[in-house]
Amino acid sequence: MSQQRIPAWITVGVIPLANILIAAIAAGLVFLYLNINPIDALQSMVSGAFGSGYGLGYTLYYMTSYIFTALAVAVAFKCGMFNIGGEGQAYIGALGVGLVCLGLGGHVPFIVLLPISIIAAAVFGALWALIPAALQAYRGSHIVITTIMFNFIAASLMNYLLVYFLKPVGTMSVESAVFDRASWIPQMHEVFAFFGIRIAASPLNLSIFWALFVAFAVWVFLWRTRWGYEIRSVGSNTSAARYGGISISRVTILTMLVAGALAGFMALNVVQGQAHQIKLNLVNQMGFTGIAVALMGRNHPFGIVLASLMFGFLTQGGSELQFEYSVDARIVVVLQGLVILFSGALQHMMKHPIERLYLNYARRRDANADDQHPAEA
Amino acid sequence: MELFNSIIVILDATLRNATPLIFAALAGMFSERSGIVNIALEGKILISAFFGASAAYYFGSPWMGLLAGVLSSVVFAQLHAFATVTHNGDHVVSGLAINILAAGLTAAVGNYWFSQGGNTPNLAFGDTQARFTPITLPFADQLADVPIIGGIYSELISGHYLLVYLAFAAVPLCWYILFRTRFGLRVRAVGENPHAVDTAGISVAKTRYLALLMTGILVGFAGVYLSVAVTAQFSPNMSAGKGYMALAALIFGKWRPRTAMQACLLFGLLEAIAIRSQGAVFLGVEVPVQLVEATPYILTVVLLGGFIGRSVAPKVIGEPYVKERS
Amino acid sequence: MDMALELRGIDKRFGDVHANKDINLQVRQGTIHGIVGENGAGKSTLMSIIYGFYAADKGDVLVDGQVLDIKDSKTAINAGIGMVHQHFMLIQNFTALENVILGAEDGIAIETSLDKARREMERLASEYQLNVPLDVPVEELSVGYQQRIEILKALYRGARILILDEPTGVLTPQETDHLFKVLASLKEQGTTVILITHKLREIMAATDEVSVMRRGEMVAHVKTADTNQEDLAELMVGRKVLLRVEKGEAEPGDVKLAARHISLTDAQGVKRLSDVSLDVRAGEIVGIAGVSGNGQSELLEALAGIRNIDSGEMYLNGETVTAGTAIDPEKVRQLGVGHIPEDRHRMGLINTFSAYEAFVLGYHRDASYNSGVLMSQKAMIDDCRAKMESWDVRPPDPFLKTANFSGGNQQKLVIAREVEQGHDVMLIGQPTRGVDIGAIESIHKRILEMRDAGKAILLVSVELDEIRSLADRILVMFDGIIVGEVPADKADERTLGLMMANIVPDEIKALQAEVSA
Repeated sequence: MSQQRIPAWITVGVIPLANILIAAIAAGLVFLYLNINPIDALQSMVSGAFGSGYGLGYTLYYMTSYIFTALAVAVAFKCGMFNIGGEGQAYIGALGVGLVCLGLGGHVPFIVLLPISIIAAAVFGALWALIPAALQAYRGSHIVITTIMFNFIAASLMNYLLVYFLKPVGTMSVESAVFDRASWIPQMHEVFAFFGIRIAASPLNLSIFWALFVAFAVWVFLWRTRWGYEIRSVGSNTSAARYGGISISRVTILTMLVAGALAGFMALNVVQGQAHQIKLNLVNQMGFTGIAVALMGRNHPFGIVLASLMFGFLTQGGSELQFEYSVDARIVVVLQGLVILFSGALQHMMKHPIERLYLNYARRRDANADDQHPAEA
Repeated sequence: MELFNSIIVILDATLRNATPLIFAALAGMFSERSGIVNIALEGKILISAFFGASAAYYFGSPWMGLLAGVLSSVVFAQLHAFATVTHNGDHVVSGLAINILAAGLTAAVGNYWFSQGGNTPNLAFGDTQARFTPITLPFADQLADVPIIGGIYSELISGHYLLVYLAFAAVPLCWYILFRTRFGLRVRAVGENPHAVDTAGISVAKTRYLALLMTGILVGFAGVYLSVAVTAQFSPNMSAGKGYMALAALIFGKWRPRTAMQACLLFGLLEAIAIRSQGAVFLGVEVPVQLVEATPYILTVVLLGGFIGRSVAPKVIGEPYVKERS
Repeated sequence: MDMALELRGIDKRFGDVHANKDINLQVRQGTIHGIVGENGAGKSTLMSIIYGFYAADKGDVLVDGQVLDIKDSKTAINAGIGMVHQHFMLIQNFTALENVILGAEDGIAIETSLDKARREMERLASEYQLNVPLDVPVEELSVGYQQRIEILKALYRGARILILDEPTGVLTPQETDHLFKVLASLKEQGTTVILITHKLREIMAATDEVSVMRRGEMVAHVKTADTNQEDLAELMVGRKVLLRVEKGEAEPGDVKLAARHISLTDAQGVKRLSDVSLDVRAGEIVGIAGVSGNGQSELLEALAGIRNIDSGEMYLNGETVTAGTAIDPEKVRQLGVGHIPEDRHRMGLINTFSAYEAFVLGYHRDASYNSGVLMSQKAMIDDCRAKMESWDVRPPDPFLKTANFSGGNQQKLVIAREVEQGHDVMLIGQPTRGVDIGAIESIHKRILEMRDAGKAILLVSVELDEIRSLADRILVMFDGIIVGEVPADKADERTLGLMMANIVPDEIKALQAEVSA
């Protein structure tokens, strides 16, 4: 019953902000311990992430990756599944993108290649999610564990392919050849330069528009189509979904295919937009961070776009700290960990006190209102 | 004889590789049997490895390292309990938070303390031995040259770190605790039907906190083994997925101590083969080392798919316990 | 005689629901005391308060004349209170012995506790006829055995006051008789027993005194010997029972729904339906009576396409479906068979959905709710709003979350959704479970209107009154079989009660012989 009386601005506004505030305080304590003034640190993070075209470019570049990996978590979550496999799905998605770019780059125009690489990213990512999905749907294997396992299997598989097939003969480092320039997704500074505007060079590329579009498309898919309806039904109440004639296993597989495809898109940004080659460990924990982003964004595409911006800021702003304070670069990871801890794992910690506070306030307000307008006899 | 020697060497490495997995799998067993999904073994290994190595360096004693390492993983395990039990936090998210936090904190604090890029200083410097050293069992030296027995006893069985022997001793001990004590009975019950445990007058929360205390202690041994015994140094991310592999072994071993240990040994053997042979030849076909590395995970997936036996998880694993209005 | 248990002014609210209102109760030492009331009258809440599972907002619990502050189950157990819950509190993969010692272990190692428990179990088994296999995981034992283990658990903890919450719902008649014998011998040994039930027959058969609860209040305390089922029923419901709805003669037409020799085994391998056959004609209501858990749910779900049958065939409004053919709820709906599920929370609605979203469940692929790849918000919302008005769902707000409607309005939402599709056949399960009296009457009226409009209706309910007032013919189920058929005018409580325990009176046998001849 109490749910009815708590207004939405408390649930989606005050409580998440309170959680972030606590995470920030905890981060401040860590900074103090490391002999860094937290206020100064925050300032240099903000100026590092937003203060220059270069910093902003990086922030938005990271944001793009997070949008994809977080959506991959959110879609599965709406179906009641925890997809921890974004890491592996994105890695295999990179294989798809890489193969297309290596094979077709320079042979077909970019405008023809791009749709193919987008499809390849989606198909490869989706296929990597298919086996865990099928095992969950038909054999009841828990998807959390199988997707974790598939992350490791993906790492071994990519390592193998790089060493035995993709690595050009005669090179030492384990990475593929650099793609033909014609297959690269244009970076933002190049696009602006084309129109005669000079901005700072950064890895930010056109993928960001695809990310924003995909976020919107996911919203439409989940809340405005019958497939989304089925996914949300299964996620909320499996027996009711079955009663409604919805095939649980079919929806499970559909959901994971979509999730895998979304994670695969991350490779467009990182591989085709920035590195221009397949490298070892290119996902670099961004699949895991996507879980945190999805949580922060309350598994809603619009929330995820905002949360991705915040994590982009943390990532870019945090790496700025390294230069300013010669602190270890992995301080960023600490910040991310604290955010996940307080707004994910401990999200209920602040919920009850805040709700109680509000209810007390509301009661007193109503009581006052009654005093001022005594019931007419 | 050549073959015999290489088998002994591989088995020797198997025991060493299996040790941290065994500690971590037993640790995970207590948590998961009580109903708490533990993907946080990875982070807890890392945190204990870091604090273990740091304390060993600071005090110049591996024992202080062991104490500090275990304490630190206990603190993180209790944080895990605070999130999952007291605040009904999602088990997977809490585990993830701990893993990420551990990865970041150990590197950042390590760099601040020692300025060696997140590493701790080497624990074997000069005459000071702040690390654990291998133990030579009685008569091992005398028997070393005896054929077969020398190989098995002096090479394979003798000459390991104390923690290796402790890991194998912990298996029957944990079995006893889980299946023959009041605490174990309650841990198993709370992972199957917390409602029933509650009505039997037992605190569900207390039982789970205690189960995670056991997790913290055992996983601490795994971390300390890596940094204070094997490498004699902490380096960032040195757990390298061992927590997840231990989780796989636990599932593969059907949440039971002896079978989990067997899975750890199997995974340890695969690791030994992978390290030793860059591209082993099996039945005339070259097996890429990456396949050997991935085998533990593939096997676990196959098992979870129910294609080789069934691994049935504790019933309420992953679900927060909330008293409901019935 | 002394009071073993006394309650003074117990009051408990859950949010807006006033579950217990100023409850007073006295239970004499060494008696069997019944507490009756309809589902939702507040009996279970009251017992949970005594057992320390919820804290009362107000009032005192006295055990042996002393006020006891029951903070948790442990306090209750230590005070000698034992409870057998409706849903057993057993660890399924533990043996009986392990279950018994859980929480009552002596010392750190369990070996000694197990030995002690074994000796104690053997003693109790001979004393009270409570023998159970001690070393088998309880999941392999029948519910009758599992219940005995629950009783043994309480006795092992030294319970002097034993509370049983709806203990017979899942038992066979033989097991029920045995249970009552056990309770009687416990009483002889001085144990006080509190028996909570909504079955009047059991109150009369087993208790010394009885208290009646109605809508959160304690409305009467009487000696069992001084009362009878009719009086108790009246107290329980609060007005004359047999709320006969005005209904005319049925005019049955063609067979629209039929089952022929269907059998069904569930995922646990338990046989739920054995060789069930039935016919439902257009323009009639066929009721299925029976103690819950005797296969009614499975029958309904099989006909609705949710569960697959092992053998036999079904006839669904013109289409014959044999075992092994692929069938799903969507196909069944397309054949013109609607389904109002027994449990609206588990199946009928999705609590997190808005009313208009829940209102299309099962019909979400219909062209009328879709345009191209997108669902048509306007069509769904307009439709929902219109149906909410014609069915008097309050508040008529399509955007309100379904969880926030009252039980009666949720049920109306489900019924409206299925009925308004204009199906020829309706499968209806527990249409008025947890619904207030006013809504019950309007729902019953709607069901009869459907019948008079020529629909074929299969009605499953555990409320005998509901079946008796609505159905034209009544089939009684027991343990997955149909025991027999009773015309509505021959269906008195006694006859149905006997048949629900698998005893068919001679006159009914004669009737059936006549029909088949």
